Amino acid sequence: MRELSYDAAVIGGGAAGMAAALEIRAAGLSCVILEREDHLGGILLQCVHNGFGLIEFDEELSGPEFAERMEERFRASGADAYLGVTVMDVEDAGDRKVLFGYSAEHGILRVSVRAVVLAMGCRERNRGNIRIPGARPAGVYTAGLAQRLVNMEGYLPGKDAVIIGSGDIGLIMARRMSWAGAKVHGVVEILPYPSGLTRNIVQCLHDFDIPLYLSHLTTGIFGGDRVESVEIAPIEDGAVRFEKAFRIPCDTVLLSVGLVPENELSKKMGVELNPMTNGPWTDSRMMTNVPGIFAAGNVLHVHDLVDYVAEEARRAGAACARWIRGEGPGRELRVKAGPNVRYTAPCRVGPESPNKLYLRTLIVKNDAVLEVRLDNRVVQSRKKAHIQPSEMISVTLDPKDLAGAGPDSVLEIAIL
Amino acid sequence: MAEQLICITCPLGCRLEVERLPAGGLSVSGNRCTRGARYAEEELLAPKRVVTATCRALPEDRCRVPVRTAAPFPKEKAGDLIRLLYSLEVRLPVRRGDVLVPDALGTGIPVIATRTLD
Repeated sequence: MRELSYDAAVIGGGAAGMAAALEIRAAGLSCVILEREDHLGGILLQCVHNGFGLIEFDEELSGPEFAERMEERFRASGADAYLGVTVMDVEDAGDRKVLFGYSAEHGILRVSVRAVVLAMGCRERNRGNIRIPGARPAGVYTAGLAQRLVNMEGYLPGKDAVIIGSGDIGLIMARRMSWAGAKVHGVVEILPYPSGLTRNIVQCLHDFDIPLYLSHLTTGIFGGDRVESVEIAPIEDGAVRFEKAFRIPCDTVLLSVGLVPENELSKKMGVELNPMTNGPWTDSRMMTNVPGIFAAGNVLHVHDLVDYVAEEARRAGAACARWIRGEGPGRELRVKAGPNVRYTAPCRVGPESPNKLYLRTLIVKNDAVLEVRLDNRVVQSRKKAHIQPSEMISVTLDPKDLAGAGPDSVLEIAIL
Repeated sequence: MAEQLICITCPLGCRLEVERLPAGGLSVSGNRCTRGARYAEEELLAPKRVVTATCRALPEDRCRVPVRTAAPFPKEKAGDLIRLLYSLEVRLPVRRGDVLVPDALGTGIPVIATRTLD
């Protein structure tokens, strides 16, 4: 067994993990990343399309470029990384945490640290999660798996595809499959509006004349050994019109039906999860209910841009370093997700320091207003030209916004 | 005949109606700011996309090499470029930023590697 000791460990070496580690090192503390794959960068390496980095690098980059530039910063910071290491368990040993990981190269690793940042990212929801009826033929893939097959391994999963769900990965894959020589016969979305960014609707569907079936339920997948067709039915006035169902012939189905933060390890450590995000509840410093365990990136809540992941993880890394140095949390206020707000992350703010929150709305609206209320008194009101659930919204709260907060005060964020 | 476009300059996504004027040029309506008119102009007269793909790596058992055009590329030639990129073989090692095609289809735009693979 190999024994290691650091001030902090980061679990996961994607954009979030590297950004958190950078800030921990910048504070002069020692830090190690434990990464399950044999490379840093996480899912970015299969996202070969461009559109990453406008905030972090002030340039439009592809996923691999973003990952590599983060890795260069990470290497220069002097932090360590162990690759091919799966963390199995984290034990609480008084004022230290002990992580147990294993790898083919190092055998069992025992890593003793003061604090941990969770940065394990998320995984795709699959057919079982959304219970699509029908046969069980070959040819049903999650969109991210198909992305890996096409972009990294050079396999085309099929020639005639239907994509279920209009999440960004599905839209990106509609373009990729078309470019790689397949025909995409349609994207099926149960909601009346797309789940992905407008930019992707235009550049990934309109550019290739791919039909988008909004307000349509997938009522079955058919086939023997291989997928032969998908049956979909329109939803009108909230009711599925089964009599209007029709089949789209295809040999491949890609699922882009949402992502779930990967929190099995967190739960084992006693970290409590918010059912709205499937990520940990955290205080204003991104610390979970377990002292010394922080979380950031897609393991906390699913983001739409990697630049936001990096920004959030930098805050978590800096807060982790302050906690190790013994800086207390100060006072904390609970944040309530008000009307039309699905969740905020984090769900607490500190009235004595600047705060940044990310939130998702439940509605699609033009000329909306974002309102922050402290005990029913409006302390911030901002016009939003357009909001939709697929676009994360950020809110910054300064101590002056939170002046006058008492011990039982509640901060509510609403969208009107 | 008016053409319909969705402006993707910002998340607002204005629905644009664009008319080609007989004298040349465009008449744009539905945009909430001047960027919408500029977007319509570019999208209808000279649409461009950053084209991305992965190329086969040599030796063959290695991960494919991700590539992109170094600048937005004329959309009408994107299909031809994609076919070219998917038939390209890249001998490793390759460094991020290496020029793999100096002048893609006579546009003067290079295609570069976007990942370092040793």
